[in-house]
Amino acid sequence: MAELNANNRKNTLPLVKEKKGNKVLKFFNSQKVVPYIFVFPFIVSFAILTLYPTIQAIIMSFQRILPGQVEFIGFQNYERIFNQAFYKALTNSTVYMLLTVLILVTIPIILAMLLDSKLVRFKTFFRSALFIPALTSIVVAGVIFRLVFAESENAIANQIIGFFGFEPVSWQFNAWSGMLIMVIMASWRWMGVNVLYFLAGLQNIPKELYESAEMDGANLFQKFRHVTLPFLKPIIIFVTTISIIGGFRVFEESYVIWEGNSPGNIGLTLVGLLYQQGIQQNDMGFGAAIGVVLLLLIFVVSIIYLLMTGAFKRGDE
Amino acid sequence: MKKNNTLTKWIFNILFIVVAFIALFPLLSLIISSFRPSSELMRNGITFSINWNELSLSNYTHIFTQSPDYWAWYGNSLIISSLTIVLSLFFSSMVGYAMAVYDFKGKNLLFLCVLVIIMIPFEVLMLPLYQLMIDVNLINTYIGVMLPLIVAPTAVFFFRQYALGLPTELMDAARIDGCTEYGIYFKIMAPLMLPSFSAMAILQGLNSWNNFLWPLLVIRSNDLFTLPIGLATLLTPYGNNYDTLIAGAVMTILPIIVLFIFFQRYFVAGLASGSVKG
Repeated sequence: MAELNANNRKNTLPLVKEKKGNKVLKFFNSQKVVPYIFVFPFIVSFAILTLYPTIQAIIMSFQRILPGQVEFIGFQNYERIFNQAFYKALTNSTVYMLLTVLILVTIPIILAMLLDSKLVRFKTFFRSALFIPALTSIVVAGVIFRLVFAESENAIANQIIGFFGFEPVSWQFNAWSGMLIMVIMASWRWMGVNVLYFLAGLQNIPKELYESAEMDGANLFQKFRHVTLPFLKPIIIFVTTISIIGGFRVFEESYVIWEGNSPGNIGLTLVGLLYQQGIQQNDMGFGAAIGVVLLLLIFVVSIIYLLMTGAFKRGDE
Repeated sequence: MKKNNTLTKWIFNILFIVVAFIALFPLLSLIISSFRPSSELMRNGITFSINWNELSLSNYTHIFTQSPDYWAWYGNSLIISSLTIVLSLFFSSMVGYAMAVYDFKGKNLLFLCVLVIIMIPFEVLMLPLYQLMIDVNLINTYIGVMLPLIVAPTAVFFFRQYALGLPTELMDAARIDGCTEYGIYFKIMAPLMLPSFSAMAILQGLNSWNNFLWPLLVIRSNDLFTLPIGLATLLTPYGNNYDTLIAGAVMTILPIIVLFIFFQRYFVAGLASGSVKG
């Protein structure tokens, strides 16, 4: 590699000097042109892989798309959306979002604060242990959790509730327990990553602030309320926002538990509905309309959340 | 007072041992279960009680001798992940670098585009992209699977942040020596950005290795399945493929965990950038 580089240098140096008059070479090496060559792949990929599909998704949502024949049908796809399956999917995705936001923001804050304190030893080991589930692919997580929550009374989940005196549950066939598996799976996988975010935030807090708070006689809760929380706020907002977006995008957790078809749609999510209608039923126009609704939903909820935290901040200070 | 303090220390340390156990238990139980007879596993699921006499390597001998499909998936995943790492690092680093060190018209607009891509959920673009892949005949090809990951906005963002800290004086010195702008990048600046390459290689590799939804749409034939898609086909309540499934699941994550143990720092840096701070 080093040899190759050295050879290249030997070749290019005289080349540039000898052919100073070479306008083409000079053009491609001018500092005005070079950055555009560097970013060219990005511009192309943005145009093809983001801009075009975004516009196309909106156009498709107003079309009926059959093989070899495409027809504009106005708002018919949108009118069709608001049926029972959609409300089911909307409810499931929203409940999942709320539960994962709640769990994946509060518990990581507590764990990160303990890991940041002097109270816990072997910090690196604990941090790594929490982080490892994030490396697991969703399908492997699905294999594990399906077997942990298996129907048999000998499986772990039923053993645990049996210990408390409950009857075995068919976890995959009840709405509440199906949601529980999905939420536990997501919490297990993403806990460690969120702990990392909060740890990074906590390490930015100057230790002197705690000391001066102590001198002012602040107790543990007051220190948390007036020193830790204000510093963590941007990270809390960030983690909450990505959890809201991630929550509404839920699909894979459901897919690996029920292979796309849950009994009575107990595991149907918005993206699941999009997949079912757009890909499996090949009704791309309808699927695209669901996608547009999902996009709007995510935008509106995120913006409301961000406005709320922003307004809260102004009132607080 | 002091006694009180040691007591809280004990409580919290025990709490963390429990937390670490909960985090690692699912993977440990998967590994132990992979030595149990698959029929018994299908009947009972993962259990607390282990019958030590039953444990054997039979699931592994099965997968090594009777499951050529699994190894085809493994190969596909390896090829797709390696190519994605090489291509996406090459392109994304150049973009991020140019956005950090050069001044040019449209730079801010471009940065806005990066943020837009990060914000739009992929699921919304999925159907038009799928249609596009059909139109250009990239369905059921490696390129079709890799395309959406090649210029990755998170990687561009990460490289840009990293390149902002590069010493630009070096560039002027190299220019005086007659080095071309490309030479400056490949011979001087890119080597300086090496830690960011490691972090992004891990992020992109992991994303590609675990990618599910897009390959699920694009790949149609069994011999082109990636590991997650192939394993998902075995995930049925009636399946008699639990031997391949359980041993295969273990062998899908084992290399990643081994890599994690050796390159922890880069994993943490890579995944922490996985969702970029706006």
